[in-house]
Amino acid sequence: MPRTVKEVVFVDGVRTPFGKAGPKGIYHETRADDLVVKAIRELLRRNPNLDPAKVDEVAIAATTQIGDQGLTIGRTAGILAGLPQSVPGYSIDRMCAGALTAVTSVAGSVAFGAYDAAIAGGVEHMGRHPMGEGVDPNPRFVSEKLVDESALFMGMTAENLHDRYPTITKQRADEYAVRSQEKAAKAYADGKIQQDLVPVSVRNTNPDVGETGWGLVTADEPMRPGTTLENLSGLKTPFRTHGRVTAGNAAGLNDGATASLIASEDFAREHDLPVKMRLVSYSFAGVEPEVMGYGPIPATEKALAQAGLSIEDIGLFEINEAFAVQVLAFLEHYGIADDDARVNQYGGAIAFGHPLASSGVRLMTQLARQFEDQPQVRYGLTTMCVGFGMGATVIWENPHWEGK
Amino acid sequence: MSTTAELLKGASALFPDEVVTQAHVRHLELPFGAGRFALITLDNGLDHTKPTTFGPQSLANLDVAISQVEKEAAAGEIVGAGITGKPFIFAVGADLKGVELLKTHEDALAIGKGGHDVFKRLSALAVPTFAYYNGAAMGGGVEVGLHCTYRTVSQAIPAFSLPEVFLGLVPGWGGCALLPNLIGPERAVSVIIENSLNQNKQLKGKQVYELGIADAIFEGADFLEQSLLWTASVLKGEIKIERAEIDRGEAWDQAVAKGRFIADSKVHGAAPAAYRALEIIEAAKSGDLQAGFDAEDKALADLIMGGELRSGIYAFNLVQKRAKRPAGAPSKDLARPVTKVGVVGAGLMASQLALLFLRRLEVPVVLTDIDQERIDKGVGYVHAEIDKLLLKSRINQDKANRLKALVTGSLDKAAGFSDADFVIEAVFEEMGVKQQVFAEVEAVAPAHAILATNTSSLSVSEMASKLKHPERVVGFHFFNPVAVLPLLEIVRGEKTDDASLATAFGVAKKLKKTAVLVKDAPAFVVNRILTRFMGEIQNVIDEGTPVAVAEKAVEPLGLPMSPLVLLELVGPAIGLHVSETLNRSFPDRFKVSPNLAAVVKAGKRGFYVYDSGKPELDPEVAALLKQGDVVLTEEQVRARVLDAVAQEIGLMLDEGVVAEAQDIDLCLITGAGWPFHLGGVTPYLDREGVSERVNGKPFLAPGVASVPA
Repeated sequence: MPRTVKEVVFVDGVRTPFGKAGPKGIYHETRADDLVVKAIRELLRRNPNLDPAKVDEVAIAATTQIGDQGLTIGRTAGILAGLPQSVPGYSIDRMCAGALTAVTSVAGSVAFGAYDAAIAGGVEHMGRHPMGEGVDPNPRFVSEKLVDESALFMGMTAENLHDRYPTITKQRADEYAVRSQEKAAKAYADGKIQQDLVPVSVRNTNPDVGETGWGLVTADEPMRPGTTLENLSGLKTPFRTHGRVTAGNAAGLNDGATASLIASEDFAREHDLPVKMRLVSYSFAGVEPEVMGYGPIPATEKALAQAGLSIEDIGLFEINEAFAVQVLAFLEHYGIADDDARVNQYGGAIAFGHPLASSGVRLMTQLARQFEDQPQVRYGLTTMCVGFGMGATVIWENPHWEGK
Repeated sequence: MSTTAELLKGASALFPDEVVTQAHVRHLELPFGAGRFALITLDNGLDHTKPTTFGPQSLANLDVAISQVEKEAAAGEIVGAGITGKPFIFAVGADLKGVELLKTHEDALAIGKGGHDVFKRLSALAVPTFAYYNGAAMGGGVEVGLHCTYRTVSQAIPAFSLPEVFLGLVPGWGGCALLPNLIGPERAVSVIIENSLNQNKQLKGKQVYELGIADAIFEGADFLEQSLLWTASVLKGEIKIERAEIDRGEAWDQAVAKGRFIADSKVHGAAPAAYRALEIIEAAKSGDLQAGFDAEDKALADLIMGGELRSGIYAFNLVQKRAKRPAGAPSKDLARPVTKVGVVGAGLMASQLALLFLRRLEVPVVLTDIDQERIDKGVGYVHAEIDKLLLKSRINQDKANRLKALVTGSLDKAAGFSDADFVIEAVFEEMGVKQQVFAEVEAVAPAHAILATNTSSLSVSEMASKLKHPERVVGFHFFNPVAVLPLLEIVRGEKTDDASLATAFGVAKKLKKTAVLVKDAPAFVVNRILTRFMGEIQNVIDEGTPVAVAEKAVEPLGLPMSPLVLLELVGPAIGLHVSETLNRSFPDRFKVSPNLAAVVKAGKRGFYVYDSGKPELDPEVAALLKQGDVVLTEEQVRARVLDAVAQEIGLMLDEGVVAEAQDIDLCLITGAGWPFHLGGVTPYLDREGVSERVNGKPFLAPGVASVPA
């Protein structure tokens, strides 16, 4: 059977505002599945040209797939969102790169011709499902020294990455974090973020947290605009005494959900759907689990090689800020300045938050907005580090690119 | 303290056990930069199985919340205010337990006025107000929203109604005055009168929107978010709400007239609530809301102090609470599982029973009869009914396949019943035949199987007397039409044991029937009372009172149909048969009417012909009647009939036919469709003084179905 690989495009992406995990967070009384359902519904509402019956797949990522993140959430969220029962769904887990993997998985199927259009997203309610909930690591990891004991503690792996790059000091990490907060605040002021947020109604019955009753969340809760170096310098380094990683130069523990629409370019054009980005290549790579923050570097090497591009061809970067050090290691590796204007123009996870498996689509949604505003840029990339020693990179082409 | 607050404080002292609803005020920023908004959440702090209600303290809490919002609105700190409910529930109205406790007209007036005073503050705020009907909304819950400027409704709402008239009240916190002014009188009459009197029919979200009660409708999944986005657009002027112009001319009067017609056809003037509501709707034509509110207060207070409402609440509690915990039923732990059912007989009644067991229990059901043709007809009936359900989309094809596969017929009782846990007979109503059938079943059915009889008048104990195991025989008396009338009289025979009875109650619950435990007494409860009632009507006709006078005499009771129309429905032959049975047991009180016998003998199916569209005495029947010369007035007839009913119920309670008068009323409501405003019948007999006159004492203690002492 003759087969043609299809062009795959990112049609649109939305997310809930991100919240702080824990009893005082905005989503403390909100279910995880409800978060992703609201994102999916907004995606469908924003794209009325898409007949929901034409969605071929719903791929939803979550790291902790139990309770309201279990039960094959890709399937259940589709039903709860009101998609026809004929639309299937499944769940995905690659920890922090869950939503990114949801996108690449359905993209592969679109390119292969199995799907015309698919919803890909992720959710993580770290308040209801703290990191490490219910894990049961095989004792051989330790007894056979398969991984270092620090591998399961992300903060420790970040400290290890500082060790690998001695020139990346706490000062540099803090400076990076301050810039992330500044850029995020500016992006909000410029209205770059809100347009891709779906408001979420939230209930609070605990008077200790604030006003009780129903409220409406329209903005990210973790943001700390106005953060200064002084604010950050005194923070504790919980992962190592006299260490470098603090709550200020890392993403927090967060709740949130994302959803994107991935389709073949033919399908998108035929149904008059927006084409916000065109997929060029994607790649995943493994590294030593104890320096998982190094992952984006080999993943990007592979993705660039596949695309026949070099790092100089990339005009915009959306790098997940699990830790400042992980972004800085990437920049240092490629000889890019810490404050390079092409990198994380709207700020990153240090400001917005990082609800693990949902974050990948946030990067893409933001890159898509930047493509729209910057038609002189042809290629951009989204990249993230992943627990247990992995990296994930997707390279995108700007459909608005004006040519040479 | 405001006057409202004082008023409510007084009322709240009368009702210390109120489940109090909080009114939480939370502020939020509306999308699109539309501004700061105050959202009130009504929440009683319990889950959705305990819906939010309004008692006096709850109203006081809402009053405080509105005061806060009022201040902010006046100061320009908010651009709008909204009100919504806890998950799945908006609010289901006044707390009936509080209403039952009210003893004086003054206290009753305070409740009405208290609600009005609080709710109407919403419409007087300096900013637009929005009600978001997120879940079940009834009565005062609906009304609080009517005082707002705008309303949205969730498509997922299962129940939305103004049920006051159903209970014996009027929508008295603004419903009668506001609703016709919002959606027009015809629709308001439909919601307030027609739906209430139509077994309290509930509206779904879509209908609430289509009627114009809500200005926008959103799906349940993100109802509040979309409502707030819509609110932002309304406040920014991007969405304009256009409501249909209301015809304040003749259409208004016609709508009210139609309402009166509906009320007459349902309660025949016998219950005041619908008429009081219609008076207020009629006056609302002027658009003077305050006058309407005042009229509502007065109507509420009058009705709360009246017998019909107390009977209504009593009846409501019977069907909602007592029906779920049958008096005298043994512990359900004793019940045995029922995994296969046998039905002896394949006639119409047997086939209806087979269908009911099949649909509710979803276990194999076997019909047996004396020849294959009857069996095929019985199974064919069940299959045809399943196809009807399929056609109406009440079940899907898979369910239809499943049900059809479960019902079978067998000529051989041994093959059909050898593994049945429950066998019910619906064969010819004759003791010898039934004893024979039970003997045959006992020979082949497992030792634990329940043997149930659908007899309407024969002794269950006698039927069991010749069996080896009489302890497993129970009476299982359904009412026609089986699929419609909820009542199931469960008869305990002399030797019936607790396990068998518990199993019978367990089955009744799965059948979704209202089971009442009755003693093995002639004709049990409903048929005995109805036969005495009809017998007395027949007696006065036989003695010489014209048929029309006798019929009209009981109209003020507001029964679902006249005695002779009921006789026609039951069938004169069956009516005659039951009266003969009861005559054998109680010859002093139950006579066999020679006129009825003549009508049956002539093969007439009823007393009336309907050629003119209205019931008129059939001339052929008139020719058969041999009447005496004692002509009574309507009042005299009514007194005789009610005295007879009171006497019979008194005797039944003395005999221990049921545990309490409450069970008699529950039977009459669910088995004969006797109305809520009579409370079945004993509250009515008490308040009309009949019980005192006949038995020297009322059936119920003061406060049970009347204003407490």
